[in-house]
Amino acid sequence: MEKTFTCIECPLGCTITAKREKDELLISGNTCPKGKAYVEAEMTEPKRILTTTVKLKNGNMLPVKTDKAIKKENLFLAMKKISLLCFSSPIKIGDILVENFLDGANLIATDNAF
Amino acid sequence: MFDIAVIGGGIIGGSILRELTKYSLSVCLLEKENDVCMGQSKANSGIVHAGFDAKPYTLKAKFNILGNKMMKKYARELGVKYYNNGSLVVAYNEEEQLALKDLYNRGISNGVKKLKIINEKKLKKLEPNISDTAKSALLAKTGGIICPYELTIACIGNAMDNGAKLFTNFEVVSAKKNNDHFDIISKDNQNVQAKIVINACGLGSEKVANCFGDTSIEIGGRKGEYILLDNKCNGYFKKTIFKTPTAKGKGILISPTVDNNIILGPTAEETDTDDTSTTIDGLNLIKLNVNMMAKNVPLNNCITSFSGIRAYSKTHDFIIKESESVKGLINVCGIESPGLTSSPAIAKYVVSEIVSKLLVLEKNKSFNPKRKPDYFFKRLSIKQKNKIIKDNPSYGKIVCRCEQITEGEILRALRENPKACDVDGIKRRTRAGMGRCQGGFCSPSVVDLISKELNIPLEEITKKGKDSKILIGKEK
Amino acid sequence: MIKYDLVIIGGGPAGLASAISAYDSGTKNILIIEREDKLGGILKQCIHNGFGLTRFKESLTGPEYAYRFIKEVEKRKIDYKLNTTVLSLTKSKTITAINGDGIVKIKAKAIIISTGARERSRGALNIAGSRPAGIFSAGTAQKFANIKGYLVGKKVVILGSGDIGLIMARRLTLEGASVLAVAEIMPYSSGLKRNIAQCLNDFNIPLYLNHTISKIEGKDRVTAVEISQVDSNKNVIKDTAIKIPCDTVLFSVGLIPENELLDKTGIEMSPKTKGAIVFQNRETSVDGIFACGNCLQIHDLVDFVSEESELAGISATDYINNKHKEKDVIEVAQNENLAYVLPQKINKNIKGDIKFYFRVKNEFRNCLIEASSNGVVYFSKKKPVCTPGEMESITLPFDKIANLVDKIKISLYAK
Repeated sequence: MEKTFTCIECPLGCTITAKREKDELLISGNTCPKGKAYVEAEMTEPKRILTTTVKLKNGNMLPVKTDKAIKKENLFLAMKKISLLCFSSPIKIGDILVENFLDGANLIATDNAF
Repeated sequence: MFDIAVIGGGIIGGSILRELTKYSLSVCLLEKENDVCMGQSKANSGIVHAGFDAKPYTLKAKFNILGNKMMKKYARELGVKYYNNGSLVVAYNEEEQLALKDLYNRGISNGVKKLKIINEKKLKKLEPNISDTAKSALLAKTGGIICPYELTIACIGNAMDNGAKLFTNFEVVSAKKNNDHFDIISKDNQNVQAKIVINACGLGSEKVANCFGDTSIEIGGRKGEYILLDNKCNGYFKKTIFKTPTAKGKGILISPTVDNNIILGPTAEETDTDDTSTTIDGLNLIKLNVNMMAKNVPLNNCITSFSGIRAYSKTHDFIIKESESVKGLINVCGIESPGLTSSPAIAKYVVSEIVSKLLVLEKNKSFNPKRKPDYFFKRLSIKQKNKIIKDNPSYGKIVCRCEQITEGEILRALRENPKACDVDGIKRRTRAGMGRCQGGFCSPSVVDLISKELNIPLEEITKKGKDSKILIGKEK
Repeated sequence: MIKYDLVIIGGGPAGLASAISAYDSGTKNILIIEREDKLGGILKQCIHNGFGLTRFKESLTGPEYAYRFIKEVEKRKIDYKLNTTVLSLTKSKTITAINGDGIVKIKAKAIIISTGARERSRGALNIAGSRPAGIFSAGTAQKFANIKGYLVGKKVVILGSGDIGLIMARRLTLEGASVLAVAEIMPYSSGLKRNIAQCLNDFNIPLYLNHTISKIEGKDRVTAVEISQVDSNKNVIKDTAIKIPCDTVLFSVGLIPENELLDKTGIEMSPKTKGAIVFQNRETSVDGIFACGNCLQIHDLVDFVSEESELAGISATDYINNKHKEKDVIEVAQNENLAYVLPQKINKNIKGDIKFYFRVKNEFRNCLIEASSNGVVYFSKKKPVCTPGEMESITLPFDKIANLVDKIKISLYAK
């Protein structure tokens, strides 16, 4: 079985092919190790960084992200959890808002809120 | 109870309303949309016609000539931009050159002043971008340009400043004569009472006349599509360029606007709906025509396209008279081109010749013909701008980059008669969103300002009333 | 009149990077003028990640990328004025700006223009149909979603496969909207391949190549669009329309450099880039006025905006210090396969290698890129694929330039 992927790790967007021969996964087309790792994950358990916003008590929105990729299938679950959150400012860029938010990733602020 | 209810908040209803406030009368304006100026008055060429085109001895010819003469003072009183840029009817072949002669003669018999036919050389000197195939042209120095929605809003605003009352979202569905007055009922069952009713409903005037029991009005619709070019193209043409007219109408024109855009159009297509969609065929037809009329047309600087529906009477002349079947109902209908030009003269005539026979008119001594000045902040001197900013720093915050419109002007449009209450209303009053990015940058700020000033949540704000909400709701 | 050595118009990524590099190269008296209420420009609303991979070797979100620069500006105590819009500037480098204090005049020794870009609107494309609520450019929808926290629609069709549109397809999907289709008039996507993968494919959003919106329907709010196939001249093929009921249409059909100030000042502009014509140091046709970032050429990646803007910052310092005022000019030409090449002019008196940026007009395979003069090839490189969606570059060593006497031509040949 052969599958092709577009790598999302960088703007190059390499087209990478993965072929399973017996127990071995043969990967070709990647320009860097990140590409290989990406395709390996896609074949087993695809993961994505989630970037979105959370509510602040003052009515503004604050951009946030997961500091590690979470399972792709959990993206909507994560959105649901985030929709219930609300924080008070001040918050500094990089602050951890929710520790161990999902799949071992923390939810962190990606901007300052005064 | 009002003395007079004007139905229809377009340029005709608006100018009549203002004329009425010169007298001690209680008057109101009934408009079916969320804002005034939502029909053909917001989507036409904005030309102040010289008057050579209308058939002699028609009402169109009469009011065109009168209106043209009145427009300069009228615009100045209302603080509306008006330029007497002149117009050219261009002949591109011998047949058209002959037709031009007829047009000249017609103009003279209509009483148009300063009319002459100029040769190819003179024409090309006046307008270097005219097509090489142009042969000669009829030059009408009394032709001009004006912004139709600016004028309409100013008329209604000035009328309101002088005491007129405005009811929006008032769609007339029925009316009853009750002794000395009419009961006018709206779709959502509001009731307004008035002794006299003026039907100035444009495309809807047949329907409204019917509500009052007058079945004599027959109205048709003709859709006209337009393309608008960026104000970067300012100077591409200085005068309004018409093709030699044919039986179907004045055809497609190229004209500068008072806001330095170039307008191209209109097409002319019969329609029996109020659908103002543009069409691929219509827009292509405009492009085809203007490329024949002129050279180097900067069509790549197009910023928007739109269309309007011109309501015409099946009698092919204006209808301006009291209904024969319903006493107290005055129909001012079928006011197609040159309706904008004619509007001040029509208003004057309606009040002094028709209303005066039904009611005793007494001058309103406190009538102020002027709208507040300094409406065009962008065009003021640095000294004037600084003075305004000092009093009100919101005039120092540019909201619309393309047209350089300030927060102060937007707040003013929300506070001044007739008050804006939606995004398009702000656009027509201030020009925020009229520029090359078409509101891309400023619409979030405009929505915010409306929300704060009117104290309504963001998700309730509409583009143009009714179900035209901009946002679906909060994300979270 | 206020005086500054250097005034930078625009506090987005380009303005910030140029301010820092100008400062670090010796110009301490700098003012950044920003029309919004925060520094950072469009990055403020680009909350997705993928920024900074080239520059910082990590994947940052837009606000994070901007903050790295804002921090550096603050550290250097560089002056900036927020909520201030420049109304005009003159060739003699006097700027007229407006803010809540009134109209201010500022005299500068050098000026850097970094005003960014705006989105092409629905109107510019003459898309037929009605004009109801629910029509947005992708960036406007992004501002509503990410800054204000409001959803623009529930059932969305996107015209154009530009990156902002793709990013918004994912963003709106995550927020609970259904993105029903992305239509692209070209036979290829104009966005990055990885965005097709992670924004469309991840969520099973169909991309229709060679398609455009032929009609928008709806009186108050959008009720449907028709998408139709186009022929090779991008004209709609009749009877290929599919009607898609929806409440929202987003336009992601390209960025246009915002250059109203330069236009009005009479600076020489390129019809190809819609930005100023510049030398390799990003100086425009007016001495001491520089341009960088998306107002000069539309970049795919902010990393290259920063790089270009740093060059402009150093060049401004050089100008203030009276360097490179004499010009020995070589024109840059291009062949028919290229949409543009930048810089458009070379000043031979400025030492240093020159990186030429360009975009191709169509998708080409097995490409040979050449720099030549009078038929002599000075430099060449090969590339398997070049697409209009991706900016390309070729660097020419200075020793080759020093010997040039005539025009240099950048060409691309496809085998």
